[in-house]
Amino acid sequence: MLYLTRKAEFAASHYYHNPELSPEENQRLFGKCSNPNGHGHNYVLEVTVKGEVDPRSGFVVDLKQLKETMNREVLDAMDHRFLNKEVPEFATRIPTTENLAIAIWQRLAPKLTKAKLHRVRVYENHDLFVDYYGEE
Amino acid sequence: MKAYLNRRYRFSASHRLHSEHMSEKENRVTYGKCNNPHGHGHNYVLEVTVSGPVDENGMVCNLADLDDCVQREVVTRFDLENLNTRPEFANSVPTTENLCTVIYDILKRSFRAAHLEKVRLEETMMNAFEISS
Repeated sequence: MLYLTRKAEFAASHYYHNPELSPEENQRLFGKCSNPNGHGHNYVLEVTVKGEVDPRSGFVVDLKQLKETMNREVLDAMDHRFLNKEVPEFATRIPTTENLAIAIWQRLAPKLTKAKLHRVRVYENHDLFVDYYGEE
Repeated sequence: MKAYLNRRYRFSASHRLHSEHMSEKENRVTYGKCNNPHGHGHNYVLEVTVSGPVDENGMVCNLADLDDCVQREVVTRFDLENLNTRPEFANSVPTTENLCTVIYDILKRSFRAAHLEKVRLEETMMNAFEISS
């Protein structure tokens, strides 16, 4: 079994707000992140797939296809977007880094057929990142 | 849905690697430059991984709680200190292996809002140690 990781970057804005909570509770829980005008990050996405090496091609996965899938499913939808307002998953879920990793997994997993999705890692910045391995 | 939250922190500290159980010569041979009697320092990078189900607020845990705990229990304790003078190293050599273990034990005791999955400590950009649960 081999693991292959591909990175991509995208820039997006978001804010945190739970409609079940009062304005004061939102402010206490999310602090500056609750400003409804949003703020942005340069996210770094790492997608790790696993599989056996194809003896004919020597590939775990066709990198061009993986790149195209990541572009189509993730970057086209999220790059230079306001996540709360423009990405459907976040109409009902708060676009935290945790939920972003889960949403990206759910977008990619059904589209990757030859190699299996192993991990989605999303860096909100150099010092904060989330890993999601699907339902464990 | 279980996710893993990773957070990096920084602190600087000095140490000298010297074991009371070895002769001067053995210490020099074992620890080399790190046995210099006056000590030397590092900019440590601490990576803490916690895990758990993502709650209704989209969080494994509140990041502010994790930051407060690590700052209070680890960064404030060791930043700009000489590790050899700290009580945690009264009976052990402050290698990065031992420092990593000490930090893991401290966080295991003091952070209860999510499962402590891993502590990874970079002594320099070329070497790092980690302990997993």
